[in-house]
Amino acid sequence: MTTIIERRAVGKPLDRKDGPLKVTGTARYAYEYRFDNPLYLFPVQSEVARGWITSIDATAAEAMPGVIAVLSHENTPRLADTSDREYAVLQSGEVAFRGQYVAAVLAQTLEIARYGASLVRVSYDEEPHDVELRADRTDLYAPATVNPGYPTDTQEGDFDLAFASAAVKFDETYTTPMEHHNPMEPHTTVALWQAGDLTLYESTQGAHWDAGTLAQVFGLDRDRVRIMARYVGGGFGCKTLHANTVLAALGAQVAEGSPVKFALTRQQMFCGVGYRTPTIQWIRLGASEDGRLTAISHDVVEQTAKTKEFAEQTAVATRTMYATQSRRTTHRLAALDVPAPSWMRAPGEAPGMFALESAMDEMAIRCGVDPIEFRVRNEPEIDAETGLPYSSRNLVACLREGARRFGWADRDPRPRARQEGRWLTGTGVAASTFPVIRFSGSVARITCAGDGRYVVEIGAADIGTGTWTALTQIAADVLGAGTSDIDLRIGDTTLPEASVEGGSSGIASWGSAIVEAARVFRGRHGTSPTQGDQAQAAAPDNPQAQRYAMHAFGACFARARVDADTGEVRIPHMTGVFAAGKIINPKTARSQIIGGMTMGVGMALHEESLVDARFGHVMNHDFATYHIPANADAGQFDIAWIDEEDTHVNPMGSKGIGEIGIVGASAAIANAVYHATGIRVRDLPITPAKLVR
Amino acid sequence: MKTFRYDRAGDISGAIATLAKERTGVFLAGGTNLVDLMKLGVMQPDVLVDVRRLTSTEIQDLPDGGLRIGAAVTNSELAADRRVRSRYPVLSQAVLAGASGQLRNLATTGGNLLQRTRCVYFYDTTTPCNKREPDTGCSALEGFNFGHAIFGASRHCVATHPSDMAVAMTALDAVVRIQGPGGERELPITELHRLPGHEPQRDTTLEHAELITAVDLPPPGFASNSRYRKVRERASYAFALVSVAAALHVRDDVVRDARIALGGVAHKPWRARRAEDALRGQPAVEESFRAAAQAELEDAAPLRENAYKVTLAGNVMTRMLLDLSVS
Repeated sequence: MTTIIERRAVGKPLDRKDGPLKVTGTARYAYEYRFDNPLYLFPVQSEVARGWITSIDATAAEAMPGVIAVLSHENTPRLADTSDREYAVLQSGEVAFRGQYVAAVLAQTLEIARYGASLVRVSYDEEPHDVELRADRTDLYAPATVNPGYPTDTQEGDFDLAFASAAVKFDETYTTPMEHHNPMEPHTTVALWQAGDLTLYESTQGAHWDAGTLAQVFGLDRDRVRIMARYVGGGFGCKTLHANTVLAALGAQVAEGSPVKFALTRQQMFCGVGYRTPTIQWIRLGASEDGRLTAISHDVVEQTAKTKEFAEQTAVATRTMYATQSRRTTHRLAALDVPAPSWMRAPGEAPGMFALESAMDEMAIRCGVDPIEFRVRNEPEIDAETGLPYSSRNLVACLREGARRFGWADRDPRPRARQEGRWLTGTGVAASTFPVIRFSGSVARITCAGDGRYVVEIGAADIGTGTWTALTQIAADVLGAGTSDIDLRIGDTTLPEASVEGGSSGIASWGSAIVEAARVFRGRHGTSPTQGDQAQAAAPDNPQAQRYAMHAFGACFARARVDADTGEVRIPHMTGVFAAGKIINPKTARSQIIGGMTMGVGMALHEESLVDARFGHVMNHDFATYHIPANADAGQFDIAWIDEEDTHVNPMGSKGIGEIGIVGASAAIANAVYHATGIRVRDLPITPAKLVR
Repeated sequence: MKTFRYDRAGDISGAIATLAKERTGVFLAGGTNLVDLMKLGVMQPDVLVDVRRLTSTEIQDLPDGGLRIGAAVTNSELAADRRVRSRYPVLSQAVLAGASGQLRNLATTGGNLLQRTRCVYFYDTTTPCNKREPDTGCSALEGFNFGHAIFGASRHCVATHPSDMAVAMTALDAVVRIQGPGGERELPITELHRLPGHEPQRDTTLEHAELITAVDLPPPGFASNSRYRKVRERASYAFALVSVAAALHVRDDVVRDARIALGGVAHKPWRARRAEDALRGQPAVEESFRAAAQAELEDAAPLRENAYKVTLAGNVMTRMLLDLSVS
């Protein structure tokens, strides 16, 4: 049993510690570090999707006053390790996707670098490219595992038999489009080589991770790479190491001694820094007359890059959500001439639960059972994937509490039966889930600063999520200090090692390290330490993770209004109730959930990266044409927590909440749109064109 | 960004004279569209002649009861003007339906008329586009044309004009006042923008170095009974899928006159004269409005992805006329 910390600050809605710095513009982001005479880098991107560079003519760019160098594979230093082809930047003339960096201009101003880049002439020996994902491709393959190591396929019982004999059958295909993360701050790097040391000011979710990988790629000792990332303007999964950082470091290597600044333009954010794969999801459900599932099948087709495999775990949530006699899940990939997809907020769960939770709504209707009762009726006792009991599972409580807050009891189930003026109205519900993930390897250091004050150090990241505040609260409680007595230091590789901010794991991973460091500190220095007393410890592994299945759950409710003339959809109100263990800071957590649900509105109604197969790249590469919700699209959010005490997950009793907000939101909206209009949209996003009649 | 020269003339004649000598120069006003396009390399003028402080920032009453809107009047000022709001509500609503508060504070009346299409291929210098680079081909014809024209397109270009303001002005029979190297002239707004034909690189009928100095609105007539409706994929800050500007005059339950213009459907704001003709003298009932909309849409030629616009335009025209008939 994990010892739960005594909570005093934890659980309080503390204001963001970094709030005043951010609203006054004094929190320094990577690109804002000031230097004398920095250089600016602007990349040249491939205009073919596949082939070989035959020549590079940089004469015009090199002749421009202010241009320092034009980098290409012909003159750029060799990297030590090119086994990960995403990082093999400017190492050969091969082009693997359209938009790949094929050259870069270093110049004294950004404007010169940018114009210089437009003057570089690259010739190609172009080869036919292939960027189209279709379910009927003959070259689909099963990856060894799906992200981050789940089995590719699973089977319980005899699905075919159970489905064939089911009293009620459901069989439909859902699709979700390619989506791009687009945090407000683009990927930015300031890179500096000096006497064999590489220093980076970087917008990243994992400074230590990046430093380790860069050291390997450049063949440096790990301690020669330093990364600072104190403030990060959003991540959503794309602020991990991509080619842009390697390119900036290469630029700095060429211009040794000069800081090299490289910030992606918004257009460049649509190429090479990750995206969510499009998915094609075939769902079949079988149930008894009384609405008990007997067969569940979820078969996924999605894409990866020829150069680097990323297999989104789209059907994994389906393995744990509901009880059934038989179940099968599969993932198949098409390897295309595209940039590598990667993690985007709730990879797997976000697209997978759109399909499953839309299908659950459709099946509930087919069985004549209320969608909430249908889910409750199929609540499992143990986790079918692992055979383990849940450390805690409060989906039913979330559904019930959500129904109460949302006013579900009065709902008339008939579709297209309510109209207010020109607006058709409807309501929908969907379940949410996200696994409890804790990465190993995080280390915290605690130093007594005298007068009951402590310095707490860990190389963690705050990507806008509230890490500065939440870790301060945890440290205060484990040290018996006030939050104002904690001097937290994060976002720098000179601090003790921290795992990446991903998988909603940050607070669990880093908080556990702080708890352990405090335990060691008290053991060594007692309760009356003197200034300078110090202890450092790594978070121990959690043996409970072998005994329990650990997941957060939630229920998302949406009210939809659909214009009967135009098919315009508005979401005036959403309710989200989550069972996510102990909430460290209800204020920042609420912000996280609102952000996740708003991103779910975007996923449901707006977001779609359009790849023109003739050219091979995303065409709507700006915010005028790639829509995300505007303020006017975010309605009222009612967010609530189920008071959940889980002593198995970690010493804080917390589960991650960074991603679960988006899970279920798109299905809740799709289900509400169906209830409003009688039109079931199974391919996201739900645009007016799909609803206008 | 390509290096360019920035020039600020002392007066309008000076600005015109300067630009007349610079074949690859353009006027700069609010810059909300032009500067973006320059950053992207879509437009690469050698000279910018700043006219932001040269044309009028006033909205004047005209003796005939109309209004003269100076070319430098910002979109925000135009939308907020009391006279515009009461006499030409369609115009105020259209302006407010466009862009964002920040952009409207900077964008000018003249510049709004001259903003360029939002076709994704026009904005991507690595793909063919006849409007950006003549004779390279139209990528949208067989590509993403979800947001493109259903009227008046050619095989050279299927782009739409993105302005909301211009759609309202088209319904209002506005007149554009122009000054150029050859003197001053007036042009009905319906003749300002052009269909793409085989020269899609030309958005308007303006000659080089001609400057829009003002837009005249004729006396309102029945324009006080007018509205603008913009259909878009999110609640704000998005270009129109389809928009409709309409003014309706009904007496004794009979339509006496109507003015209708559509946005998001053609290379220019689309004056729906067929619908107007079909309406005059008809009973002010839904059937008449639906029939008028159908009359206009008979010649619609949708592309692979945008047939929904025909339905959408019909629905919105019908609904707006119905609403206007009872208001």
